[in-house]
Amino acid sequence: MQDVLIIGGGPAGLAAALSAKEAGIDRLLILERDVELGGILNQCIHNGFGLHTFQEELTGPEYAARYVQKVKEAGIPYMLQTIVIDISGQDNGEKLVTAMNREKGLFTVSAKAVILAMGCRERPRGALNIPGFRPAGIYSAGTAQRFVNMEGRMPGKEVVILGSGDIGLIMARRMTLEGAAVKAVAELMPYSGGLKRNIAQCLDDFGIPLKLSHTVVDISGKERVTGVTLAQVDENRRPIPGTEEYIPCDTLLLSCGLIPENELSTGLGVELNPATSGPVVNESLETSVPGVFACGNVLHVHDLVDYVSEEAAAAGAFAAAYVQDKSLQEPKERREIKLAAKNGVRYTVPSSVRPDLMEEDQLVRFRVGDVFKDVYVTVYFDGVPVISQKKRVMAPGEMEQLRLKKEKIQEFPELGRITFTIEKENKVTAGTQKRAERGMA
Amino acid sequence: MSRKIYDVIVIGAGVSGCAAARELAREQRRIAVLERESDVCEGTSKANSGIVHAGYDAEPGTLKARLNIEGNRIMEELSRELDFPFKRNGSFVITFEESGKDKLQELYERGRANGVPDMELLTGEEAVKREPELSGEVKAALYAPTAGIVCPFGLNIALAENAAVNGVDFYLNTEVTAISREEDGFLVTAGEEEFQASVIVNAAGVYADRLHHMVSREKLRITPRRGEYCLFDKSAGGLVKSTIFQLPSARGKGILVTPTVHGNLLAGPTAEDISDKEGVNTTSEGLEKVLKIGAQSVRDLPVRQVITSFAGLRAHEDSGDFVIKEAADAPGFFDVAGIASPGLTSAPAIGVYVAKLVQERFPASAKEHFNSVRKGIPNIAEASMKEREELIRQNPAYANVICRCELVTEGEILDAIHRPLGATTLDGIKRRTRAGLGRCQAGFCSPRIAQILARECGWDLSKITKAGGESVLLTGYNKEGV
Repeated sequence: MQDVLIIGGGPAGLAAALSAKEAGIDRLLILERDVELGGILNQCIHNGFGLHTFQEELTGPEYAARYVQKVKEAGIPYMLQTIVIDISGQDNGEKLVTAMNREKGLFTVSAKAVILAMGCRERPRGALNIPGFRPAGIYSAGTAQRFVNMEGRMPGKEVVILGSGDIGLIMARRMTLEGAAVKAVAELMPYSGGLKRNIAQCLDDFGIPLKLSHTVVDISGKERVTGVTLAQVDENRRPIPGTEEYIPCDTLLLSCGLIPENELSTGLGVELNPATSGPVVNESLETSVPGVFACGNVLHVHDLVDYVSEEAAAAGAFAAAYVQDKSLQEPKERREIKLAAKNGVRYTVPSSVRPDLMEEDQLVRFRVGDVFKDVYVTVYFDGVPVISQKKRVMAPGEMEQLRLKKEKIQEFPELGRITFTIEKENKVTAGTQKRAERGMA
Repeated sequence: MSRKIYDVIVIGAGVSGCAAARELAREQRRIAVLERESDVCEGTSKANSGIVHAGYDAEPGTLKARLNIEGNRIMEELSRELDFPFKRNGSFVITFEESGKDKLQELYERGRANGVPDMELLTGEEAVKREPELSGEVKAALYAPTAGIVCPFGLNIALAENAAVNGVDFYLNTEVTAISREEDGFLVTAGEEEFQASVIVNAAGVYADRLHHMVSREKLRITPRRGEYCLFDKSAGGLVKSTIFQLPSARGKGILVTPTVHGNLLAGPTAEDISDKEGVNTTSEGLEKVLKIGAQSVRDLPVRQVITSFAGLRAHEDSGDFVIKEAADAPGFFDVAGIASPGLTSAPAIGVYVAKLVQERFPASAKEHFNSVRKGIPNIAEASMKEREELIRQNPAYANVICRCELVTEGEILDAIHRPLGATTLDGIKRRTRAGLGRCQAGFCSPRIAQILARECGWDLSKITKAGGESVLLTGYNKEGV
């Protein structure tokens, strides 16, 4: 019997466990499926991690090691090579987690609170329905990263990358540094899905062309890839006939999106947000199943691990509070205000806030669905614009954040919905002076 | 170069060849199966609908009709004997037009003539009542409860393993390059190797015509008919319980929507005659067509849940029927050609039929100890908690999950490698255990499986291939070119 059980020992799981422990939880356990703690960071040997958390630039393994060290120092127990195969709710509100590993075989652990920290997986070729042959030499960027960075082996010599997500950009640089020729990065959208800094440091610095509005329309090679055909796409993302370009290569890497791994969550009945493929959570990062919390890439895909750690620490504290405060475990009607994403905003995390339980300053993270320039992130309380933040540039590849003040929400006792939108003008100052004063507070 | 001497040489380790080899092994014969690929089940047998047809499609009196019915009849018992996944899930042929009712009636009559039991003609409402996700536009349907779904790899591999256990020698990576007639049989050349046998069973799929013409002047022409498919995530597998065919009409031809025996959803195939016998590439037109026509059959085909797409080649012979007979001008040379749909369904019956033809002409006495039973690899994903506990007690490797999407353990992968005709490639492991067949499509498990395979076979990682030949996973070490 555990108070808090953490599923996943990557950056989210480690930070969540530490924070729960700091909040006074002693009966806790991390279950990790890999042979070591640290998750995907272990293969991310490039630097750029930890600027927010540690105010210095670390590699992925270094960043992970700091948390692993803290977890070990705190005496937090963990099991490696342990896969969770089921989570189910019980009549007394506890969760029963079924797992297996070589040492214990098949076993169950019950827990008062569960933190979902399983991370995400890469979208495979099949999900993109790229036509052509199915030879060896087609890898998701992360799989290739594992071969190169963990095994010291090259998955190919002449590479085309489809998708300009961060892993794809990082791998363009890595493959180049390790001796491969990266011929092009093709991106279906008219903008990159990765961070600006990665485009500069991973492509521009090495003269690797980024072909926006391009996709792979054919894969050649019966045994191993011998080439791919790229084509330009129109505004509906349909290939434009006549723009095909054949590029000889032996490898195609795919960096076309990450999908939160929520098979266990859905098995438990956790409600998912179709926009994120992650759980719908409230201000406490609690899912639709009471006592089950989510953080990190299983909740929504992050750009920076620093934000994962921050979010996971919050989830750990909320899970601890849930265990320690009996009133939180009892079903109780509380006022809950939905957060809606509209007009360019794809989603928000959390999806709702309960004024009773929210912090004075509620962090809301969100992403936009397109590239925007000179716009205002606008927050409406029901129909009233109350926050308007000027943004020079916004892009789908960069996670945004904004803080909601509890004080402000309490000024609206009848408030039913808080809506995040993108507007061309400042709706708050454009409104009445009175409104503007209230909104800009 | 020493000749290897056999009584029977089967060319092709697809489902027909392996079924024939297993049946022939009931008698005292020295049998070899020659396969050009690195594994069994590498051609048409691996890329098809996995359907066990009820038997109303084929014209009465054809070999297709007869072997379809017979194959369907014996499949269930064989699935128990050889431990491969099979389920009788029933099939609907639906029509969206009033005029389609006559054609359904025709199919029904044909089914009756072929001996298909328990078919029913249904109104649109009756059909939707039984399959609630069927399109509301269905006007009428033919229901056949005896139709089923089978794991095409499972069937093929089970037949091969059981043949091997009963003394059949398998030569993989062995492509027949020439066949010549000799006084007492045939000389079969495969690159550097020579084989001799009095009987040849030509089960070479889309290449059967090429091999046939090495010894016979009789006309035989195989056209590869490409079929493209989309496979959907298991979360979509429950959309329909039965296999849904459309009546051929202006709206489409032959694209079905079906659950697979493993719980995915499958849509396809297209039908396109091509000249390339290796043309298993998918096309954007083909995949679009699959999704478009598939979407007509059901209310909500979850197109965003596609996890992979693939294409297979049906070996279509000009006559339209299976060609299973001894070549008149080449005694001892038995063709098993033109095994297009319903080839998978018919395979068990094809094996029996071929063995009978051979036995009539080249009799051999029965074997004393033919072992018809084969036990498959344990399936942790589908095992009960109790069975899992028992397996893990026997070997803790059954608790070490390698493929997390399909819940395949190291124990199952070790079994796949160390069984008779064990896997030597990633695809081989995939088809024996389902590792890599799930929603992440081997992104997570392929480096791990490569390591297990390398360790167990005593190879360096650089030797690991997806499917033999040049399909290497890795091209060298870091910094080699720097």
